[in-house]
Amino acid sequence: MTELAWIENALTGARPQAMGALLRYFRDLDRAEEAFQEACLRALKNWPVKGPPRDPTAWLIFVGRNAALDNVRRDSRNTALPAEESISDLEDVETDMAERLDDAHYRDDILRLMFVCCHPDLPATQQVALALRIVSGLSVREIASAFLVGEKAMEQRITRAKRRVAEADVPFAAPDAVERSKRLGAVAAMVYLVFNEGYSATSGAEVVRASLCDEAIRLVRLLLRLFPSEPEIMGLLALMLLQHARSPARTDADGNAVLLEEQDRALWNRTGIDEGLALVEKALRHGQPGPYQVQAAIAALHARARTSEETDWEEIDLLYQMLESQTPSPVITLNRSVAVSKIRGPEAALQLIAPLAECLSGYFYFHGVRGAYLSQIGRAEEAREAFGRAIALARTPAEAAHIRQHLDKLSANAKAV
Amino acid sequence: MLYAILCYHNEDVVMSWSKEEDDAVLAKRRRVQKELVDTGRMGPAIRLMPTSAATTIRSSGNEQLVLDGPFAETKEQLLGFYVVDCDNLDEVVDFAKRMKEGENVTFEIRPIQIIEKGNLSGKETAAS
Repeated sequence: MTELAWIENALTGARPQAMGALLRYFRDLDRAEEAFQEACLRALKNWPVKGPPRDPTAWLIFVGRNAALDNVRRDSRNTALPAEESISDLEDVETDMAERLDDAHYRDDILRLMFVCCHPDLPATQQVALALRIVSGLSVREIASAFLVGEKAMEQRITRAKRRVAEADVPFAAPDAVERSKRLGAVAAMVYLVFNEGYSATSGAEVVRASLCDEAIRLVRLLLRLFPSEPEIMGLLALMLLQHARSPARTDADGNAVLLEEQDRALWNRTGIDEGLALVEKALRHGQPGPYQVQAAIAALHARARTSEETDWEEIDLLYQMLESQTPSPVITLNRSVAVSKIRGPEAALQLIAPLAECLSGYFYFHGVRGAYLSQIGRAEEAREAFGRAIALARTPAEAAHIRQHLDKLSANAKAV
Repeated sequence: MLYAILCYHNEDVVMSWSKEEDDAVLAKRRRVQKELVDTGRMGPAIRLMPTSAATTIRSSGNEQLVLDGPFAETKEQLLGFYVVDCDNLDEVVDFAKRMKEGENVTFEIRPIQIIEKGNLSGKETAAS
């Protein structure tokens, strides 16, 4: 690997912790970002000459903070900047910084940095955009292309979100245990949004979107390092790894979506699955199964089945019931109906989802799944109607194409009869 | 003499590698390994899953504590190891140096003894 690549990796890796500390000093996102950027510029200039510092993160925090303070001083008194040497010679300071960074401080710094992006007033997409900008350091252009919007529009969105956050007055005192776990929950949900933003990509900027999954996995790894004994964070990482492992099989050569049942399981990423399975096991030993762990356990059952026929639908049904009682939602019931259709047939599944018709009337998957059950038991006319509604609700060409396949099959069957 | 070559590296840095970068590193090392493979002296290469998947069992008084995470929290982590059969330390040092070329990884060479051969069939090997 070239030296530049090494430095860039180090800067990306150090970003959340350094930004978190700088935010604590300055209590202002923009100023923290400027300070971090300044520190990165100096790193790119300094490190190739002097070699990388022992603790790159501490170096960036220290240099960033000083550079920003210099700017403030320069602005106010118009004095000259200190010589480069005076801030590059950090040996003593670095040791001191590194020691201080090792205490619990930095865990709260990173958590706070991620938590400011989860402000409840911000719609989900803005939370994700802000986190990608602030925590991950993606450029506005990268984020804009992931969301398929113009760069200017995204710039405005992020600026608005930042203003919201600035007005929100996030408490900077170290949080107590209750507050910390509340923040962790909000942050985990936000990181899962980042993942889903990437995972639900079905067209267009696929590559950019897929990298959102990788980024979300990186962020949840970071969370797990900060909270190594939180079974829900283990569960979330496992869930993401297991879902992401299926990505290579989720679309065919023409870019059409391939259903789980029909996927070529040889294409699944074994490394991701092995790690995901290991983490689910580890999490469940804690005996506190939360929603992420249960969803990961469901994904694990799919991952363990070598063919779709081998899938343990009984166990999946039970896990979905558990999930329903933890976080009741019609979408979870809809998902459970797939297991029910495998165990007790499409009729039973239809019965299960009948009460959901009203609240899910605008939900693409409801009509798609319902249409599939109906066609399985030969109620072709109703199936056609359900698929018609699904197509009307499709958000991407791939979704619509998938439903059209169902309709074609129905027509073919009708002709065959 | 049997040696283990233990690979230490900053886990975050290694995990920030893309699949292509990772593959390139493994391919580069494999080219060096070939000479030992050809002479039947290359043992297994083991990759440890990330430390977040680690569980540690320690004693506390008469109790056995099961803890999440690796045994030691350090800046660089044990990420994997190779087992090789070399004539002497000079040979394994030379081999390890060439495998390491262009990398920031740290290799620790430790002579080993196999005290139980075990009975894995080899089917457990991950496809790479």
